[in-house]
Amino acid sequence: MLTGYLIYGLINSVVLVLVALGFNLTFGISGVANFAFGALYVTAGFLAWIGLNTLSLPYWVSAPLAVLITAVLAGLLYRVVVLRVRGLVVSEVIATFGVGLALLELFRFLGFIGFEYTLPDAGDFSLSLLGVLVDSQRLLIVAMGAALTAFLWLFTRYTTTGRAFRAIAQDEHTALTLGINTERTATIAVAFGAGYAAIAALVILPLGTIAVNEGYNVLVNALAVCIVGGLGSTLGVIVASFLIGTAQTLTAAYLGTHWMMIVSLVAILLILLVRPSGLFGSHKQLEERI
Amino acid sequence: MAAVATNPTAPSPARQRKERLDRGIKVRSEDIYALNSWRELTYLLAPRVFPVILVLLLGFSAPLYWQRVLLSTMVFGLLAISWDLLAQAGMVCLGQALFFGVGAYIAGILNHYFGLSPFVTIPLGALGGGVFCTLLLLPVLRLRGIYFAMVTLILPLMIERIIEATKIFGGTEGISGLDPLPHHALELFLIMAAFWIALFGFRRMMTSDYGLVLKGINDNDRAVMSAGLNIYRYKAQILFMAGATGAFAGAFMTHAYQFVGMPVFALDYSILPIASAAVGGLGTLAGPALGAFILVPLSELLRGFGGLRIVIYAVLLVVFTVGLPEGVFHFLRRKYTQFERWAEVSK
Repeated sequence: MLTGYLIYGLINSVVLVLVALGFNLTFGISGVANFAFGALYVTAGFLAWIGLNTLSLPYWVSAPLAVLITAVLAGLLYRVVVLRVRGLVVSEVIATFGVGLALLELFRFLGFIGFEYTLPDAGDFSLSLLGVLVDSQRLLIVAMGAALTAFLWLFTRYTTTGRAFRAIAQDEHTALTLGINTERTATIAVAFGAGYAAIAALVILPLGTIAVNEGYNVLVNALAVCIVGGLGSTLGVIVASFLIGTAQTLTAAYLGTHWMMIVSLVAILLILLVRPSGLFGSHKQLEERI
Repeated sequence: MAAVATNPTAPSPARQRKERLDRGIKVRSEDIYALNSWRELTYLLAPRVFPVILVLLLGFSAPLYWQRVLLSTMVFGLLAISWDLLAQAGMVCLGQALFFGVGAYIAGILNHYFGLSPFVTIPLGALGGGVFCTLLLLPVLRLRGIYFAMVTLILPLMIERIIEATKIFGGTEGISGLDPLPHHALELFLIMAAFWIALFGFRRMMTSDYGLVLKGINDNDRAVMSAGLNIYRYKAQILFMAGATGAFAGAFMTHAYQFVGMPVFALDYSILPIASAAVGGLGTLAGPALGAFILVPLSELLRGFGGLRIVIYAVLLVVFTVGLPEGVFHFLRRKYTQFERWAEVSK
């Protein structure tokens, strides 16, 4: 029994990694608050669904298109909304939260609720791991998680754009003096993060239905992982995801699924009490927080 | 003439700028000598007394349905005031529903399980809610800006889940059949009194030295700390005040609707105060209250749209935050106290 829980806890952790990577990229690495993140995640799911079912496009067209549109939407969100209040932290939070709220509640109003909103999964293949059956979609999630993490790590270290992401979070003015177009970089960072959210949505959502409330859950989970791991640290995201993911699965197994969401909050509160900069955060973030 | 000759295409308005000057009457009514003249006294009192009288007249002459709307307007107004109070001390709260819901549940529980009268449960709900929320948020008081916002965003969601999971206090059904306040007129009068006391009381507080410290915490908390003031004590105090105000609104609403349940932690109660503050104008307390007076009746008119209401709040929130950060109240106050004119730009 416990092996099963642990393996599913591991998979849940990878789900969290996938969800948190994009948020971490935008907020942690580039320092742009994007509280519309959960909404973008759900939007990607619905876009793919519309592409598949309403427009009857093949999956290999609809899915990349959904990712692309979500990324462009996020870029526009940055250009049209966030740029005007950039630097006013409170306004950034309120404005992006407002946009996310409007998107999510618009979906709810338009009637995107129900069990028919599902995305196709990877097929009926399954693998036995230590006596536990794991289906192909979950295997795909693990593979995607590993691939996207590796890509992000390499991208933020070895490409000019990726290094510019980190530069604008460290010191925007210094970045400007080094010839980095900070506004363009931030736009790309937001779009990139949203693209990650969209990919995460496309591989995770087939496990259940595309629900509007998922948007809020995703935001809360991503926040929890980023705060616990320490903002901007990819290693922190991975470690925190494994801690929270396993804890969530065990909680769900032994206490009931209602208690799952509480794990994130408890994790946030504990880490803020014990180590406010997060597990792998730097001292600079500590100064910003307290 | 030489300047015109070298730059003949420059239109004349380009050499003018708009300048704003305080109105004479505003300057004259700034000190104690305002008492000398009825005109200046009226100028001072009108914006303060007129709304009170207007709301009183409207409230007691309106049909019952609109009386209820006014009631919930004032409840949201209290929440908006409580939000702005926190924001002025540098704490941006995305979960005002926490205060509201805790107050509502405390009043509901005391009334349902202990049979206390609303006149006891409402004050106890307000105080208890303030204490409970302060204790709950005490560990995260050290956080600033985004981080505080994140935690407050999550808390009401969590409490909702806990109630759902443990099925305490009626679970998803909630507690219904609570005692109402004895009379509609009394109900309306009570919430009006609370609203105006909170508005004018907190406004006065913010102009005192104490309020100055709070604003200092918002502007630069390190500077306040280096002045030897314990900012966490101030933050806890302001949190208690805001929490008690929000909890009062919740406790009152519980008895007005005779029901308390999970919807008290709903997003409406978090987002509408912020939207009111954004529409009305941040940092004045009166602005958010005014915002509530614009948004709540508006949403009542839009009732037919159902779920679209939150979308409209959210869009208004974004439009005002990004495009018109000044807000309605600041605009009105500027028009009331200042005049504008075109002035020549001197070379």
